[in-house]
Amino acid sequence: MMLKFTQDHEWVLVDGTIGKVGVTDYAQQQLGDVVFVELPEIDKDMNKGDDAAVVESVKAASEIYAPLTGKVVSINESLPDEPSLVNTDPLGEGWFFSIEIKDLSELDQLMDEAAYNAHLENL
Amino acid sequence: MSDQHPSSLSETSPQKTALWALHKEYGARMVHFAGYEMPIQYPDGILKEHLHCRAAAGLFDVSHMGQARLSTVGGESEEAAKILEALVPGDLLSLKNGEMRYSLLTESSGGILDDFMITRREDHLFLVVNAACKEADFQHISEKLGKKGTLEILQDHGLLALQGPMAVDVLSALAPEVAQLTFMTGMDVQIQNHSCFVTRSGYTGEDGFEISIPNEGVESIARLLLENSHVKFIGLGARDSLRLEAGLCLYGHDIDQTTTPIEAGLTWAVGKQRRPGGLRAGGFAGSDIIIGQMEGTAQRKRIGLKPQGRAPIREGADIQTPEGDVIGTVTSGGFGPSVGGPIAMGYVPIAYAKPGTPLCLMLRGKAISAEVVKMPFIQPSYKR
Repeated sequence: MMLKFTQDHEWVLVDGTIGKVGVTDYAQQQLGDVVFVELPEIDKDMNKGDDAAVVESVKAASEIYAPLTGKVVSINESLPDEPSLVNTDPLGEGWFFSIEIKDLSELDQLMDEAAYNAHLENL
Repeated sequence: MSDQHPSSLSETSPQKTALWALHKEYGARMVHFAGYEMPIQYPDGILKEHLHCRAAAGLFDVSHMGQARLSTVGGESEEAAKILEALVPGDLLSLKNGEMRYSLLTESSGGILDDFMITRREDHLFLVVNAACKEADFQHISEKLGKKGTLEILQDHGLLALQGPMAVDVLSALAPEVAQLTFMTGMDVQIQNHSCFVTRSGYTGEDGFEISIPNEGVESIARLLLENSHVKFIGLGARDSLRLEAGLCLYGHDIDQTTTPIEAGLTWAVGKQRRPGGLRAGGFAGSDIIIGQMEGTAQRKRIGLKPQGRAPIREGADIQTPEGDVIGTVTSGGFGPSVGGPIAMGYVPIAYAKPGTPLCLMLRGKAISAEVVKMPFIQPSYKR
């Protein structure tokens, strides 16, 4: 298993060819109280950078982008009923969806935890 | 006019209220709003702040709003009320000393220049107007006033709002007499030797007070209020969700120069004596159009909407008929923490304005079913 991060404050937990996607603690703090999450449909094909999901906080709507190219294989069924999981457990129970990664070499373009922490320092 | 802050300056370098440092101390996230640097939220976040205000007491810094005293050469507030009546549809002459009224500055088209609060005092009218409109409002009122009187702009005063079911207990511990005030009345009060003017009013749907305080006393009085364990600071984010649930208009969004008081559902703000048959019927800017609309010619109306599901529908979303015809726009919308779901308001043609009417709201290309509902979305707890 390997944990990677994007510039847009998303994380991908990679297990073989499956990547589980969520947002970081920094992202959930910036979003504020999440009240609604719209998830992609299973089997949807996405290119890296596509709009994949929507998070609505009390304040505003934000897009979640596909961190990698691939096909959606599962979604977090608990999230629509309990969107606050994004705030309370962003790296665990607050995950969004999993994808079957099409091209593992795209992972090289993402940051590891140390690089992401450095990215946060520079914001 | 004595306002020393032209809008061009306030746009480039935001002003700070007397509580700026205290907001920082309490961990506020600051944003630029109407030329000021204001707290949007504190570390608890909008949801908790909102619910705290409905359950206990919330303290809001609203010092960015414009405060002024309108007085005339004669020295009696009756004359000032007469002059101001030419600019508003409200009945100001019937206000007794200490009584407060919500009114609207209208223009000849029937549109709304601002909504504001007027409290009748012995020798002046005390005005509180929206921050974004204050320079224009004060200019407008000064022009009408001419040499007949003075509009004293209170730049040396801050304004705090203390709102929620425990507000009366909290404030009356510092000034017992405020417990005698009823909704929309005010009185002079000494707090920590500062001369304050307190009204029982607010923008949340809760019982509560607004306290006008000389700048030098704002921080110490705010600290004193925050010492009470029932009181928490509330930012502009929760102020917006609280007022939305209370069905109250936000100027520049739900009302503006293109909406009339009648379309906005503010017909109650047209005083009885300003209506046909009244002692001082008409005679305010746009009165022909506004009174005409009261008699049944308004084409559209501001309504409350309850979307199905959980997704917040925000300002700018199209309102459609179930058949897919676009008939209006959402002017305010979001998640109502006390309602526990999305709520919105917007304008639709009269034929679709009846509570229970099924409509659709467009969200990211999808039509979300919604129903026209009566406002407010919560039961207000004003102390009548």
